[in-house]
Amino acid sequence: MAESRSVLSSSLGKKAVMAVSGLILVGFVLAHMAGNLKMYLGREAFNHYAAGLRELGQPFFPHGGLLWVARGVLLAAVVAHIGSAWLLTRQAQRARATRYQRHAYAQADYAVRTMRWGGVILLLFVVYHLLHLTLGVVHPSFTHPETLPGGTEAYHAYENLVAGFAGHPLVALAYMAANLALGFHLYHGIWSAGRSLGLGTASSDALWRRAALLVAFVVTAGNLSFPIAVLCGVVK
Amino acid sequence: MNLTLYIWRQARGEAEGRLVRYDAPDINPDMSFLEMLDVVNERLIHQGERPIEFEHDCREGICGSCGVVVDGIAHGPLPATATCQLHMRHFKDGDSLTIEPWRAKGFPVVQDLVVDRGAFDRIIQAGGFISASTGNAPEANSLPVGKDVAELAMDAAECIGCGACVAQCPNGAAHLFTAAKLAHLGLLPQGQPERYQRVVAMVERMEQEGFGSCSNFRECEAVCPKQVSSHWISRMNRDYLKAQLFLDRGPEKKRASGPG
Repeated sequence: MAESRSVLSSSLGKKAVMAVSGLILVGFVLAHMAGNLKMYLGREAFNHYAAGLRELGQPFFPHGGLLWVARGVLLAAVVAHIGSAWLLTRQAQRARATRYQRHAYAQADYAVRTMRWGGVILLLFVVYHLLHLTLGVVHPSFTHPETLPGGTEAYHAYENLVAGFAGHPLVALAYMAANLALGFHLYHGIWSAGRSLGLGTASSDALWRRAALLVAFVVTAGNLSFPIAVLCGVVK
Repeated sequence: MNLTLYIWRQARGEAEGRLVRYDAPDINPDMSFLEMLDVVNERLIHQGERPIEFEHDCREGICGSCGVVVDGIAHGPLPATATCQLHMRHFKDGDSLTIEPWRAKGFPVVQDLVVDRGAFDRIIQAGGFISASTGNAPEANSLPVGKDVAELAMDAAECIGCGACVAQCPNGAAHLFTAAKLAHLGLLPQGQPERYQRVVAMVERMEQEGFGSCSNFRECEAVCPKQVSSHWISRMNRDYLKAQLFLDRGPEKKRASGPG
């Protein structure tokens, strides 16, 4: 048996990279959804939460320090996730260079069949979402954070959120569509990550399936509720 | 029953082929799919045409020789059934069927419905064996194997190497075949000494043969005539990652590490 090459040279290694980076991003979307639930506590609580994200890790980290570390980790995870997806897709396309004249699926569900294009949709949505509610570039009336006399910073996340959706049903619809895509991506991705890391074996496979369904449902339901709440005037 | 068949015809040595329409009248519903093709071939021979090449041997569903893709499903629509055990009563009178060879870079088409599955042999050659001293069979009680482990190993060892998993996988991956071979050896005490060398060697051979990556579509297990479960792929991933990340990668040291 020959001397082995690098773990990343194989599709199994690349799938492990995809699984680990994906699970990091799962942790993020869970925390992101949970944090946004604070909009139901009102303007003060939500804006305080936005400001509080900059204070994470204090006094060990400087102001905004841990947030930037988290952003760095997330960006690295996104790059690793997309990079491995790209390489694995290329390998798969080379392996099935000649396609069937008549193709059918035996049992693959909707979630796994839409992983690649669903991922592209999510990437486009993330770019739009950052331009919309983080940077305010494509926002109709974005209020940027300002430094008050005395050095404290004021964030207007709540006002931006309400102004971003209220009276803009198409924007809200785009958010809802993207979060449905996220739900399907999570449902297959979390379960698949367990298998790719060799953890979803015979005894624990059903557990991974249930966990994937639960996380996908909780994240999607929470995220769908935000634009709906604004449109219905619950959050205003 | 009367059928219309669209069958992939590709002459030996040609890179290109095409679907050709054949009428198959008066087919007995109790014929197997391969017997139906025999009847079509008899007629072709009488008409002076080249018969359709397809692989077959035992026709009992245990050898792994046969296999064609019927309407996009490897081995046809019946679960847990090789093409030779698929009977025409599972189709309807007047059906149109598209019959194609396995499609994968690792399985080049030889002629018509016949593909070269030598890649599977080379994956086995890379590590699908145990190194044992020859001589008299050892005393059976000296190497006890629990009943549950023996049954699991047998589940994996049921793989007949037909290649339907590769044919059905949208990624053209050979993970189910390789994982099944790894599991049936890796579960038994005889397979332990080379367990982690084996997984690295067989996975690398699999990739060199041009097979694809696994997206966990689980299409493979749905068409497997022996119902080999796709969860063996997770076990292969575990052993591979463990071998590559946590064990010494030198072959001699890995052998010394023993069961794990």
